Amino acid sequence: MAKVLMKGNEAIAEAAILAGCRHYFGYPITPQTEIAAYMAKRMPKIGGVFLQAESEISAINMVYGVAGAGLRVMTSSSSPGISLKSEGLSYLAGADLPALIVNVQRGGPGLGGIQPSQSDYFQATRGGGHGDYHMLVYAPASVQEMADLTVLGFEKADEYRMTAMILADGTMGQMMEPVELPSGETRTFDKPWALTGTECKRPHNIVNSLFLKPETLEVENFKRYERYAKIEETEAMYESYLMEDAEYCVVAFGIASRVAKNAVNEARANGMRVGMIRPITLWPFPKKAFAEAAKTVKAFLSVELSMGQMIEDIELAIRCARPVSLCNRAGGMIPTPEEVYAKIEAMVKGE
Amino acid sequence: MNIIPKRVTLFSGHYGSGKTNIAVNYALHLAEKGLPVTIADLDIVNPYFRTKDSAEDLKTAGVRLISSAYANSNVDVPALPAELYALTEDKSRYAVLDVGGDDRGALALGRYAPAILEEGNYESIFVANFYRPLTPTAEAALEVMREIELAAKIPFTAIVHNSNLGEETKGEDVLMMEKEAERLSEITGLPLLFTAADARLSGVLPEAFHLRLQKKIT
Repeated sequence: MAKVLMKGNEAIAEAAILAGCRHYFGYPITPQTEIAAYMAKRMPKIGGVFLQAESEISAINMVYGVAGAGLRVMTSSSSPGISLKSEGLSYLAGADLPALIVNVQRGGPGLGGIQPSQSDYFQATRGGGHGDYHMLVYAPASVQEMADLTVLGFEKADEYRMTAMILADGTMGQMMEPVELPSGETRTFDKPWALTGTECKRPHNIVNSLFLKPETLEVENFKRYERYAKIEETEAMYESYLMEDAEYCVVAFGIASRVAKNAVNEARANGMRVGMIRPITLWPFPKKAFAEAAKTVKAFLSVELSMGQMIEDIELAIRCARPVSLCNRAGGMIPTPEEVYAKIEAMVKGE
Repeated sequence: MNIIPKRVTLFSGHYGSGKTNIAVNYALHLAEKGLPVTIADLDIVNPYFRTKDSAEDLKTAGVRLISSAYANSNVDVPALPAELYALTEDKSRYAVLDVGGDDRGALALGRYAPAILEEGNYESIFVANFYRPLTPTAEAALEVMREIELAAKIPFTAIVHNSNLGEETKGEDVLMMEKEAERLSEITGLPLLFTAADARLSGVLPEAFHLRLQKKIT
């Protein structure tokens, strides 16, 4: 297929359509508004539904409704809007409903600002709302991955009956790159649990997150965590860069990984044996890759657009076997390759 | 490039068509000819990539920049500065206007439209990039043109061809879409003013208007 020039936000929207999503509910917020704008233009032309809800909370509950009917559905927002949606995220989890949620992060906390950030890492990887649950969290680092992971997110959400989140940031949403759009072939899954009408031929299905008996609710939680255990075993994704002979490991995802890669290349050019692990799934976190790296690597450096949230997952994955330092900017700022390089140099010198 | 410049030149198009880059380079081009130029960022849509990114280049060339105080900041206010009225009032300077993307972005132009139309010395240019997903053909581009005209309240008078795939663009990518640009010119009856291309492609596209591109984040 020929390449087109797309914004990250547009790539997500078009990929969702190619994955068979015909229902989009949203509410505008910078820097993700192009997703809604694109859906508003495209959906009416292909027999789909675009609906700008009166609030983020309405939008996520519309998602709940369509997901319950067994159809592919999505919503998108940016950080403060995702906080508003988090009640709905928890309800989706409690009812085991598949849906795709996009968070094009901006600086926080609070209303924060409109510049890029990765400071919703905890919120995304720990579930977001209340209760015991997880979402699949994908962190694209190119416009191409924005498209590809959107399709994968829909498929995995259906496969495991859970919410998948694309955790991007403002830069990924706004930047333009050539992209080869997905083919439109997508894996689909039977949904015998969906509310499709019984036609008086089967007992009715119930989609619900309320359980009156604690014993039943406990069983639901246990079953969910059996599924999570399987996901942790099989669904972790990461990119390994120059790790074969690495003595030091840089860790970064999304936009931070693009900056960090430049710094790693510079460090290599200056004789430092540095590699990089880029988590593509943030939940499940690619723990095994880190545990393996910790056997040979002397130290890790986490590069983040947050106050160092991913550092905790790295330390857990390696059981604190090696020191993990931080190179970060916050509030909408992005570290420069020079800043990352300086931190790599400090790590190599053992500072 | 031998175009007799109009007093006011407007660049609009589908967002991401390359309007800002072309507007900045066109303003620099006029300044190189020794003309007094003001460039104005009328973009109320795009939060990140703005005319202001080229502030230093413009200053060095002696181009005056009018831009929202909030551009590139953390505030999401689609406010336009009052100085913008100078564009239509001060007829001693050439004005280049970088209009926001799509019909939503062009809406801001509406309030300056009566003065621009009355003076009658303007070129309203549609920037076309046929590698953008919603404008892959002349017909699709025409649809966007009509939407923008309705919002901006100024009819287009010319077309600039700016098909590109970002940094990966090859000369042949541009040439392949030249036919589509000519077709758009044909169905609209508007002249194709020039084809723009990254200065890096000047060897293969010697006739094109060569652009020095804005810096990228990474």
